[in-house]
Formats: sequence, C-alpha cells, structure tokens
Amino acid sequence: MKNLIALFLLLLVSFGVAASEGIELQEANIDLSNNASLQRGAKHFVTYCLGCHSIKHIRYLRIALDTDVDQKKMLKDIAPEGASIYDQLHSAMNKHDAEKWFGTQPPDLSLIARSRGADWLYSYLKSYYIDPKSPRGVNNLVFKDTAMPNPLWQLQGEQHAEHKKNIWGDEYTNLVLKDPGTLSAGEFDIFVNDLVNFLVYVGEPVQLERQRIGKYVIFFILMFLVLAYLLKKEYWKNIH
Amino acid sequence: MNNKGVDQSKRQFLTSALTVVGAVGTGYLAVPFLAQMQPSAKAMAAGAPVEVDISKMEAGQLIRVAWRGKPVWILNRTPQVLETLTTLDNELRDPLSQESIQPESSKNPARSIKPEIFVAVGLCTHLGCSPTFRPEIAPNDLGDKWKGGFFCPCHGSWFDLAGRVYRGVPAPTNLEIPPYRYITDTQLIIGESAEEASA
Amino acid sequence: MKRSRITECNDWFLERFPLTKLWNDHMAHYYAPKNFNFWYFFGSLALLVLVNQILTGIFLTMNYKPDAKLAFDSVEYIMRDVNWGWLIRYMHSTGSSAFFIVVYLHMFRGLLYGSFKHPRELIWIFGMLLFVALMAEAFMGYLLPWGQMSYWGAQVIISLFSAIPVIGDDLSLWLRGDYVVSDATLNRFFAFHVIAVPLALVMLVFLHIVALHEVGSNNPDGIEIKESKDPWGHPVDGIPFHPYYTVKDLVGVGVFLLFFATVIFYMPEMGGYFLEHANFIPADPMKTPEHIAPVWYFTPFYAILRAIPDKFAGVIGMGGAIVVLFLLPWLDRSPVKSIRYRGGIYKKALCLFVISFLALGYLGTQPATPVATGFARLFTTIYFGFFLLMPLYTRWEKTKPVPRRLTPVHSLEEQLPALIEEITVLKPASTEIGHTAFKGSSFSRQPNPEGIKNVISRLAKKAIGSLD
Repeated sequence: MKNLIALFLLLLVSFGVAASEGIELQEANIDLSNNASLQRGAKHFVTYCLGCHSIKHIRYLRIALDTDVDQKKMLKDIAPEGASIYDQLHSAMNKHDAEKWFGTQPPDLSLIARSRGADWLYSYLKSYYIDPKSPRGVNNLVFKDTAMPNPLWQLQGEQHAEHKKNIWGDEYTNLVLKDPGTLSAGEFDIFVNDLVNFLVYVGEPVQLERQRIGKYVIFFILMFLVLAYLLKKEYWKNIH
Repeated sequence: MNNKGVDQSKRQFLTSALTVVGAVGTGYLAVPFLAQMQPSAKAMAAGAPVEVDISKMEAGQLIRVAWRGKPVWILNRTPQVLETLTTLDNELRDPLSQESIQPESSKNPARSIKPEIFVAVGLCTHLGCSPTFRPEIAPNDLGDKWKGGFFCPCHGSWFDLAGRVYRGVPAPTNLEIPPYRYITDTQLIIGESAEEASA
Repeated sequence: MKRSRITECNDWFLERFPLTKLWNDHMAHYYAPKNFNFWYFFGSLALLVLVNQILTGIFLTMNYKPDAKLAFDSVEYIMRDVNWGWLIRYMHSTGSSAFFIVVYLHMFRGLLYGSFKHPRELIWIFGMLLFVALMAEAFMGYLLPWGQMSYWGAQVIISLFSAIPVIGDDLSLWLRGDYVVSDATLNRFFAFHVIAVPLALVMLVFLHIVALHEVGSNNPDGIEIKESKDPWGHPVDGIPFHPYYTVKDLVGVGVFLLFFATVIFYMPEMGGYFLEHANFIPADPMKTPEHIAPVWYFTPFYAILRAIPDKFAGVIGMGGAIVVLFLLPWLDRSPVKSIRYRGGIYKKALCLFVISFLALGYLGTQPATPVATGFARLFTTIYFGFFLLMPLYTRWEKTKPVPRRLTPVHSLEEQLPALIEEITVLKPASTEIGHTAFKGSSFSRQPNPEGIKNVISRLAKKAIGSLD
C-alpha cells in the first residue's frame, strides 16, 4: 500500500513539473456584472477588432439588452455606421484579401474566450514586442510568430524583449516599454481588460442569467430533497 | 415489516407535499422545453420591421414585400377605386372591419392610414393561401359582380381593394392589416404601428 | 354517478391491458432485499439520466443541423438564439458525463457485491452490452458539435479500425464514407446517435430489467433472499420495491439532481472535462490541435491504447479491456459473492484495480511523455492482471462464512448521536465574551481532540483490518 501511495505522489509531482513550463499568464480581472466595462469593451472591439474579426454569434440587440444600453445609443455610439440592431457582428473584411495579407483568415472571435481563456487573451494582447527577425517586425511572447499584427500598438507603444537568466540559470524574457503610446501603462491594462471582459461575455452571453437561475433551481431541489428524505424516513421506520 | 404505529396522516401529508413539489418542479422544467419551440432570436431578427420606399409607385400599382416571411401588399389606389369602395357595403360581410384584425389607425372604411396607400398581409383569412390581384372590372371568369379586388384561387374567396371580404365566400374576416407607419411621406415601415412608435 | 363512470372506464381498460399485473410484478410486489446501501442508487439514476438524454436530445435535434458547414454554428445558435437552448444543451452535455459517472459506479457496485455471479450472469451481459452501446452513443454524439476535438477524436478512433489486418483500411473507409472524417461521416453519425443506438439502448434496458426481476436483486451481503421465505411465500428479508425503494430512490434522485444542477448552472464545462476547450474551435481538417484527448470517460481505455507500442496490439488491448469485463462471471471462481465475505486478496486486488483505472483515466487526459507511458504500462498490467489472474486468486483465497440471513444495517443517522458524543466535550460556556443573551445554556459542546483522535484511529484500524 505504502509503495503505491509513494508511486502516486511521484506521478503527481512529475506532471506538476511538466505543467509549470511555458510562459506564466497574467490574470485578467473578469467581472461580467460591470456593464460599463462591457460597454467599453464592445466599443473597443468594434473600433480595433471588427475590421478583421467577426463575432457572428451575437447581435447588437443582445449586447444592448445584456449590458443595459439603450438600443439607439448602441447604434449611435458602439455599432459601426449603418448597422441594424438585429445584425450580428460581421466583419467587413474580404476573406480572400485576408488570406493574401495574413496567410490565414482572421478567426471568428465569438468563442475565443472559451477556447483560449481570459488570462491567455489578456496576456496575449499585452505581449507584443519589436522583433526585427520576424517578417511582420513584431512578435508575441504568448503566441510565438502570430499572424496578427499588434492592433493596439498606438495605444500601448513599442515593447522590446530583454532576455535574462534567473538564479537557477533558466532563461526568461522580459518585455520593456521603450516608446510609450497614447495610453499610460495603467490605462492600457484597463483597456485590454475591458476588451477581454467583453470577449468573455460574448463567449457565453447567458453566464450571469445561468448563475442567477441556478440559485432558485438548487433551492427548489433542496426543498424536494428534504421532503423526500422525511417521506423515506417515515416509510422506513418499521424496517429493521 | 409490521404496519403498527404507522402515522397514516403524516405519510399522507408528506406524500402530497412531495407530489406537489414534484409536480411544480416538472411544470417549471416543462417551460424551457416549450419555450424553446417559440421563434428564436434569429427568427425574430428575420421578422424585424421592414422599410419600404413607395416614392416610385404609380397609381394602381401593387408591390409585394416580405415581412416575417409573409407577403405584404402595398397598393397605390386610384381615386376611382376609392370611389367604388364606398358603394360595396351591402355586399360585404364586415364592411366596417369590426371583427377583423388591423391596427387602430387603419380601422376605417378604406382600411389604411392614407386613403390611397393600402397595406395588407396577402394571406387569405380562410386557410392561408395568397389571393391574386385582380384590379379589372367584370372579367369573364369572375362575372359582372366583380368590381376589382383580390380573388383567392384556393377556395374562391372574394375581397375588395380594401381587403374586405364579400358575403357568401369561405373566408370569415377581412384581410389582416399589419402594423405599419410612415417614416416620411414616401417611406413606410412595416411591422411597427404608429401607436407603438409614439408610445 | 360520475365516480362509477370513471370506474367503468378503468375496468374497460384493465380488462384489456394488464396494468395492475405489471405494476405488481415490477413494483408493488417485487421484493427487494431490505439492506440496499448507497451503491444501489445508481441503477435508477442511470434510468433517470437516460430519460434526460432522450428528452433533451429530441429538443436539440429541432435546431441542430447535421451538415459539416452548418453543424458548429447551429450548436452556437442553440446556445444563444434559441430560447433556453443553452439549458437544454447543457443538460444534454452534462447528462452524457453524468451517465458515465453513474454507470461506472453502478458497475463498481457489481464488482463489490458480486452482482455478476450466478444466477445473474445474463444481467451482467446485458449490462455490458448497454455499456458498449452507451460508449458508441457517446462517441458518435461527440462528433456532432463539429469542433476540433469532435473532429480529431473521431478521426483517431475510426483510424483504430484500420489496424485490423486485411480488412482494416476498407473498413475504416466504409465507416467514414469518405477518405477523412467529413460531412458524410457527420450525417451518418447523427442518424446513429439520434435513432439507431438509442433504440438499442432502450431495448437493452428493458432486457436488463426483465432479467433482473426474474432472478431478483442481489444485495450487499450477496445472499439469495429467496432462500428464506415466510408462510405467504415472500422473502423474509425482502420488502416491496414500492413504496420502500421508490421513496428511497427519490432521495437519491434529489441528491443527484443537486449535483447535476450545480454542474449545469455553475460549471458546465467542468474545467474542460465535460466540454473540452478545443471543441470551441470549429473543426479544421488541415490543423490538429496541439494536444488531443478524448472526453474523460474514454480516457482509461485510451491510455491503454497508447501504452501498447504497436498499433494492432494497442487496438486489441483497448478492445480486450472491455471484452474481459464480459467474461467476469466466469473468471471469478469465488464461492461467495459479496466483498464482505471474501478474503483479503480480492479486496486488495479490487483496490489496485480501482487505483489503476483512475490513474489510467488521468493519464489518458495527459500528453504521452515517456514517464507517463511507463506508468500507463504499469497500470495497464494491473488492469488486466485483476481480471486474468482472477480465476487463480479467487479460488485460493480463504473466504468467510456467509450468514443465512441479511446482517442488520446501522444507518449513519443512528450512529451520529454517539459519534457526536465522542468527538465533542461538554464545557461550561465561556462567559468572558459577554454574550449575556445566551446565558440560559451555560454548557456548550466543543471539539474534543482526544475523542477525534480515537475515532480516526478506530476508523483507520477498521479500514486496514477490513482488507483481510
């Protein structure tokens, strides 16, 4: 028995080590009840992302209802010119051109937060750096040789990579902001966080609703359970 | 397993209580299943109000637009047609549209907001066929009594050019008028009534 | 007057249909052993989950499109645009995982109490067929969302068939209906998933229950209750299934629904185990995800497949891991059924088996590093050793005498007061905090370290002792 337990522990440790390799992701602050953040995120998305990336599984109307924006305001302030409130967030980009420019079609981002996770997106958008060796002139620490140019470089500024060694001699890379953009570092963090928050919402718009309903369902089941238990006890009290 | 000392009333109470809770739970569970068969957000988006430009319509012309997948007719009626409409009351089942479906703004003899522009859902109130537009007067196949109107080929119902049903035909009520309003003098929006827009 | 009309209708119906007889045979006069424990909830729960899957499945097909171009988007359409579509979809996806949890526990119960042994071999065979049908159902259902994991999972599993000598390549081509997994595959999997396999499942459930009700239920003591009957011919240790087990199973249903609802409403992805992250990317035949793993319920068998360094042998190993379960009634040569009266070897063997099954399940979700493969081989050996050595160790080991009647059950509720008495100590309420309002009770129970230590050491001794 003891050997087995030791074996098991060994197993866990060996996987734990394997899992901790790779770049450590920065934590995004996700709060889907923060409508102001979601609205800003929607605006950022339409301004900086919708040119290439669609989110075809959601409609402006749904965003307006869920983030508590007036429908007219939604069309005026957030949606691009000429969009209808019932429209899904389609990108205007031509797929053939995209293929030519980037070598790949920019993916639809409806579910990107569910496949990649919020922290990955947050770190990815913050991890661009100048890389003269890359064909695009920039590279990304989280997603090496990404086909996407940094859409936010004017806001963030230019980062450079510094390769260093820690006390155990492992190499790691630090990104240093050399040429600041129009936003300060703190403002940029909030900007990216709003965008990621919005993408998390878009990944599953029903999340908050689901959690709200869940409370009632679980309460109801508990009620059922208590009654069922009392009934069982009543029937079984003569069974020995 | 003796049944001595069994508190029947307690059992009865708990059984009833559990049955009620179970039934209520099943009822609540049924709601999502039934509601999911209602039109989805996609269907509602496709059924959104439609804008129509009527500036290029000639007198006597009928155009068809789709709203919620149904044919909606827009007819530009001539003064002669409007004149004829006032003479038909005795032959109609519901000349004042008391029993028919229309927005309040179209509940008048011409059944429209502006007399010359007639808007209606082009589906027979009998069993849902789309009647044909027959503006001519007394054609051979329909006989002398025909003063111009809509004829349903499926079961032979007659409607006048205000969509009002004649007596003695299978259709029970006048053609349905959808909610609609004018954005400008020459632009209609179908699917939104004047009452809703002002509210 | 009205009353008699209802009775008339009732009689008219009952003269033509044996409803009362069916009810009595299978519920009100079906005698089940009175000592069913926790492990006996999972049969009825499996039935509940099956109903859930069929019901939610029907409603999902109303909006799902089995077309390679439309399938992925139609699932998202269900999740967003269809009223309550998300709930129905999550009930279905969580239900499939719940089905396997419940069925694995149900099968483990069989291993614990020898429910597969004479005279219940056929029940076990039907049950195993159900398990195989369920795996086919789950596998084909998993292709339908047409995500990356759906696609590449199906690609890998269908390629397994190509390992079969001579006919393999043609067979896998025939299964796919194309050179790769494609629209044709999706469409036929849809047909199998929504009608063919569910029909087989329902028929097998019927056979499983008919066979069970013919020989009667086993129980934690592994004693045939039909061997001691009262003068009226009822088993003395049996109680009618209805109302006793209907009300008891309702409690089980309540507890199950509590977990089920928690997952649906608060963690429908279950950390990527119930809904895998990569499956939120549409299927792309040009690009395999970096790391593909089947859904968790297949991972033990998948780990066995990977552990064997030969394509054909791997497939045989994976298939053999399931086939060997069919043979269980004949591999086990022990004269007793229940683990309660078996010797220590079986207990230890079962313990090892469970550990290796869980470990294989974990390894199947992880990338195949050399270390992981080494462990997978070890656990695969234990897995097969448990079954293949069974004819030897079950015959050798010394069993305990089996009583003629069921042993009394001490429920937790009966033991709880004594236990609380032991692990707590009555102390005067500390008054210096100044809660004058509570002065009425001047004593309060506080944890007693000595008592807790005693209880733990007793439990540990019991656990170790029970292995022999």
